[in-house]
Amino acid sequence: MTLDAPAVAGTPRAISSTALETRMAGHRGRTWGHVGRYALLSVLAFVVLFPLYITVVNSLLTPEQIASRPPTFFPTNPDWSTYSRAWTNGHFGQYMLNSFVVTTIIVAGQLVTAILAGYAFAFLDFPFKRTLFVAFLATLMVPFEVTIIQNLTTVTNLGLYNTYAGLAVPFLATGFGAFLMRQAFLGVPQDLMDAASLDGYGHWRFMVRVAVPLARPAVAALGVFAFLTAWNQYLWPLLVTKDDEFRTVQIGLKQLRNTSIDQVNVTFAGVVIAVIPLVVLLLVFQKQLVRGLTAGAVKG
Amino acid sequence: MSALANEAGLDLAVETRRPRRRRSRRIRETGLAAIMLAPALVVFCVFVFYPFLKNFDLALYRVPPFPNLPSTYIGFEQIGEVLGSQEFLDSVWTTVLFALLTVPTGIFLGIVLANLAHQKLKGVGIYRTIFSSTVATSVAVASVIFGTLMNPQVGLLPWLGIDPHPPILDNPQYALIGVAVATIWQNLGLSFILMSAGLQAIPEELLEAADVDGASAWSKFRNVTVPLLSPTIFFAVVVGSIFAFQTFGQIDLLTQGGPLRKTNVLTYFIYTELREQKNPGKAAVLAIALFAITMVLTLLQLRFLERRVHYAR
Repeated sequence: MTLDAPAVAGTPRAISSTALETRMAGHRGRTWGHVGRYALLSVLAFVVLFPLYITVVNSLLTPEQIASRPPTFFPTNPDWSTYSRAWTNGHFGQYMLNSFVVTTIIVAGQLVTAILAGYAFAFLDFPFKRTLFVAFLATLMVPFEVTIIQNLTTVTNLGLYNTYAGLAVPFLATGFGAFLMRQAFLGVPQDLMDAASLDGYGHWRFMVRVAVPLARPAVAALGVFAFLTAWNQYLWPLLVTKDDEFRTVQIGLKQLRNTSIDQVNVTFAGVVIAVIPLVVLLLVFQKQLVRGLTAGAVKG
Repeated sequence: MSALANEAGLDLAVETRRPRRRRSRRIRETGLAAIMLAPALVVFCVFVFYPFLKNFDLALYRVPPFPNLPSTYIGFEQIGEVLGSQEFLDSVWTTVLFALLTVPTGIFLGIVLANLAHQKLKGVGIYRTIFSSTVATSVAVASVIFGTLMNPQVGLLPWLGIDPHPPILDNPQYALIGVAVATIWQNLGLSFILMSAGLQAIPEELLEAADVDGASAWSKFRNVTVPLLSPTIFFAVVVGSIFAFQTFGQIDLLTQGGPLRKTNVLTYFIYTELREQKNPGKAAVLAIALFAITMVLTLLQLRFLERRVHYAR
């Protein structure tokens, strides 16, 4: 025991607390504590992941296997044809294309409008600036469901019902985006601005060459966030599309489920196809995604 | 020097003492600002402000069930009718109940998972990614998965013993809970990410100081972690409630407002009035009500809950 006591003569007091804690924990049986923590984490991870896991498994089983009791938890004889069936007969190829097109339009629109508006609020001086900024934020207070009645009429009257444009146009700008970009631009150091003005930079040049590159983390966060929300939209695509030509993947899932009641495995294949782009997004852009989701929630 | 900068159109240098120059800069920049703000403003006016205000107009007209007949102006009678109807009151209650089921549970689970994954264990990053993973799921994905899990023929929940008659989603008593479970799972990733970010903002020194004072894990949690997490929790409650009131997809995919209208949340009510009953007048009244209720709830939360939030400065 004395070997573990820190106050040996001549020993520097500055032993890091982790080293001390580790030694003390050793007394309590560190191995058990560690194993316990991993066990708890693993159980919870299993519970969280289980619905997705069972989805992937079921997408590779036959309907009989899915209905069998006890249930099959691992596909020993995977039926990969469900994916091609979902893609062609289930029109998921078309749905994925539609979702990609609409999402790209929305992300591009949101980035452009947010950067322009954020720049104006951060660097320009003009009358009613504060009122306009409040107006931008006010759009966050109006739930989308409250606007659908007139928006449906507007889009129909513009001839955009059941088109890519109609799917995208109400979402080309958000108050959140302008807010995020304004905050990011406000962080541009004054001496950079002074130097640019000395070099004769106009606003457009300054925006493209200096401000936006400096605000790249915010742009990335906004882009990823916009992609996520646009891809997962449900209500508006439901209202504004009427056939497979323009249906997005989310509505396509509903369609597939309704037409494949006796082929649950094909429906699950569709679910997997629908989820994959976002899983990729999450894995590659985890940091940006977290930044976009927590903007406003936590200081710094 | 500043004259040159002036010519270039970018007068970011230190303000000169001449008001005329400042005013001319303002005039010049106003034009530019108008161009830069125009795209967003056009979208907002056409797709947010105008539709919002139009509801007040639509609410005053009763639309007859037969097409081609003109709508009659009834004024406030329709508003009173709709807001006083049992249907509406039930729908509001369902929406509130749904929020009560999903928001506190989601936050609680987020805190638990975030705390557990906040430890310095080797490989904890994998667990963090798993706990965040449901952020990649949409309402449609979660609903289709859970709808099948709760299905009496092929679902796993009946096999596990959760097999009421009638089955969960057809059961007036349990249908809302079924939808809530799917929603909580889907929101778990976001809740975890939010609470993790909040935990990261808690300075290590405070927790270590508590350790030095001999605090137990539970005491540390109660007296250090939770108060310092309260701004994040507050944010999650406010934003979570707003989103809970906008629930739509799960209802459309799982229960369609039934059984016996027990899952008829306000947004679904608006949708059915608009699409199936072809009654935009009534739908507009409901939309205004949804907006008002959301606003009131948010303001109440800002007023009464924010007091209990412990801001670190």
